[in-house]
Amino acid sequence: MERRDVIIIGGGPAGLSAARRLAELGVAATVLERDQQAGGVPRHCGHLGFGWQSHRRLWTGPRFAEQLRADSTALDVRTGHTVLGIDGNVLRVQNQHGINEMAANRIILATGTRETPRAPRFVGGSRPRGVTTTGALQANVYLQNFKPFACPVIIGSEWVSFSAILTCRHAGIRPVAMIEAKDRISAPRPGDLISKLIYGVPVWTRTKLTAIAGQPQVEAVEIERHGKRERIACDGVIFTGEWVPEAALLVNRPKVTLAGNVHGDLKTSGACWREGRAIAEQIARGSA
Amino acid sequence: MQRSFDIAVIGGGVVGLAILRRFATSGLSAVLLERGADILNGASKGNSALLHTGFDAPTGSTELACMQAGYAEYLAIHEKLNLPLVQSTALVVAWSEQEQAKLDGIMAKAHANGVADVRHVARDELRKLEPKLSPAAKAAVLVPGEHIIDAWSAPLAYAHQALAHGAVILRNAEVTGGNFSNGEWTLASKAGPVTARIVINAAGNFGDLVEAMARVSPFTITPRRGQFVVFDKEASQLVDAIILPVPTERTKGVVLFRTAYGNLAIGPTAEDVTEREMAATDTATLERLKARALDMVPSLAGIGVNAIYAGLRPATEHKDYVIEALPERGWITVGGIRSTGLTACLGIAQHVAKLYASHFGALPNPPDPIWTPVPNLAEDRPRPYMQGGEIVCHCERVTRGEIVAALEGPLPAGDLGGLKRRTRAMMGRCQGFNCSAHVEALFREKSHGAA
Repeated sequence: MERRDVIIIGGGPAGLSAARRLAELGVAATVLERDQQAGGVPRHCGHLGFGWQSHRRLWTGPRFAEQLRADSTALDVRTGHTVLGIDGNVLRVQNQHGINEMAANRIILATGTRETPRAPRFVGGSRPRGVTTTGALQANVYLQNFKPFACPVIIGSEWVSFSAILTCRHAGIRPVAMIEAKDRISAPRPGDLISKLIYGVPVWTRTKLTAIAGQPQVEAVEIERHGKRERIACDGVIFTGEWVPEAALLVNRPKVTLAGNVHGDLKTSGACWREGRAIAEQIARGSA
Repeated sequence: MQRSFDIAVIGGGVVGLAILRRFATSGLSAVLLERGADILNGASKGNSALLHTGFDAPTGSTELACMQAGYAEYLAIHEKLNLPLVQSTALVVAWSEQEQAKLDGIMAKAHANGVADVRHVARDELRKLEPKLSPAAKAAVLVPGEHIIDAWSAPLAYAHQALAHGAVILRNAEVTGGNFSNGEWTLASKAGPVTARIVINAAGNFGDLVEAMARVSPFTITPRRGQFVVFDKEASQLVDAIILPVPTERTKGVVLFRTAYGNLAIGPTAEDVTEREMAATDTATLERLKARALDMVPSLAGIGVNAIYAGLRPATEHKDYVIEALPERGWITVGGIRSTGLTACLGIAQHVAKLYASHFGALPNPPDPIWTPVPNLAEDRPRPYMQGGEIVCHCERVTRGEIVAALEGPLPAGDLGGLKRRTRAMMGRCQGFNCSAHVEALFREKSHGAA
């Protein structure tokens, strides 16, 4: 069985920065990334806002991810490697050749987070095409050059919801409205004013999505707004935010160190990068 | 393309596909017309995927006979078609004294139905069998023969076997009219005209409308909607048996069951609806289902929900299936196949073949069957990723090779739903957050833009 000092699961900003810092401090680490390319979520965030905390630059997500990969060329980053399970210090790892076991003295879990899709929100109605999350929309727009709809509604008003607006603008998609069940938007003000004034997307607070209609494509959503039911024509629904850690590997409570968005409140990619670095320093000192 | 057949089956659900397989493997020329973009697009796409013994079916019914014949044939052929069989057992659990009083009746009915191995399980043993089940459970009847299968790969295997024996499957082929003259049917369909000596109506939720081509329909379909909630994989560790309620007059009730894909699910509800095509879910019902699951298994609290779905079962005013031959009309009716259709379909096909033989002539000598094993989707058997390959859908561990294979071959996925049903891609806990853009791009590339 292959043995490594440190294995880092997940090759996004937190995992890659931890690996790089460990290498600088003389600790050999291996990054296992399940996708075919490292870089994590920033790979499909095509708008500006990345790189400042780590590189003192203002980049798009893909440019930032490219830099993270460039910073890692001398490191042992294995893409197309899926960790299936962790038992003590042994990992079951799948790659194109099959399944192997690897052992590590320390395991860092940096598997990130995902948005809550429609199903666990129990939004009723039909099951048409055009229901997505910000992450899947960004992968469609920036990586596949595909426009899944022309005039969707955006559900939620976190930071990422505004990222959904930017993604839509990039693709020539015109959101009908941003819908928020709470009294005020989740992102700091004046997000709603920016949304409305700069991007022309009205923000409706105290508005609840109750059902999705249409077949085979979304034709409308049913909402409850100020206690009244309304039907809003649209051809897509973007569920944004309500982040859930990508923590399936924690089911058997293995002894791992968490880095990045797999734990805690949602952090920016820069904050994840810094946290990965800090955890690497703790591990190198033997203090984590 | 061939346009003239011995047999035309209307409806590409589990029942129609099993019938198509039966006739094709018997050496008759057979065509199936499906209105959807892919097979399994109606009642067959949203069920609980259980293989039932028939212990609680109406004694002496056609339904029971077909279920038991279908059950036996599934056990006989599943390995040859690479189909799963999770031998789980079921427990009919009484949650109140009134329900407990009904357990003897359930035992008696099972015995009358020839299911001899059922037995009472007292509270202490129930705790041992299912330690995570709420202590509110009072007693149960154990039904050892109830099993978990896969609602999609089984009918897909039947379709592939029929195709290997020369059958034709037409999709996007809604039948719009039919004319019977000189002992032959001419069916008008959206995929062009088809002629056949015998038409078999297996049109599910549209069965009564299709039946009107042959006669005044002896049944009326009132679709019965069933909603389901699917929990994440760790939940499947909590329960072993299929947990059935004590049934009521109207419905078998809400069932808590593991799936072949390694999840735990609860459903179905039983709601009479008028909509035949689209099975919608609603928030309040889903919340109730989830709450019911947590009542039954308190440690489900905190485990995520992966998916929600709904199905429409073709219920009629009759208690039993309506399976009849109309010899003077060249027609066989297969109507009102409700929730037991997945179990019964192979038995229904046997029954229909017998009706054919007694009314329309002996079946030719069957050639040796060609077995067409399908890719395995079940968690308890080896899956392709274990041999390597690029995993595209990480939650369900679906490889690129599996997705490409599902978009090729004699019956490629006709739409995204069909691709999901063939591979499980995008059906896991992230519901496509990570992979949907890539899977959908593969679909567009392979199907030349037909979404």
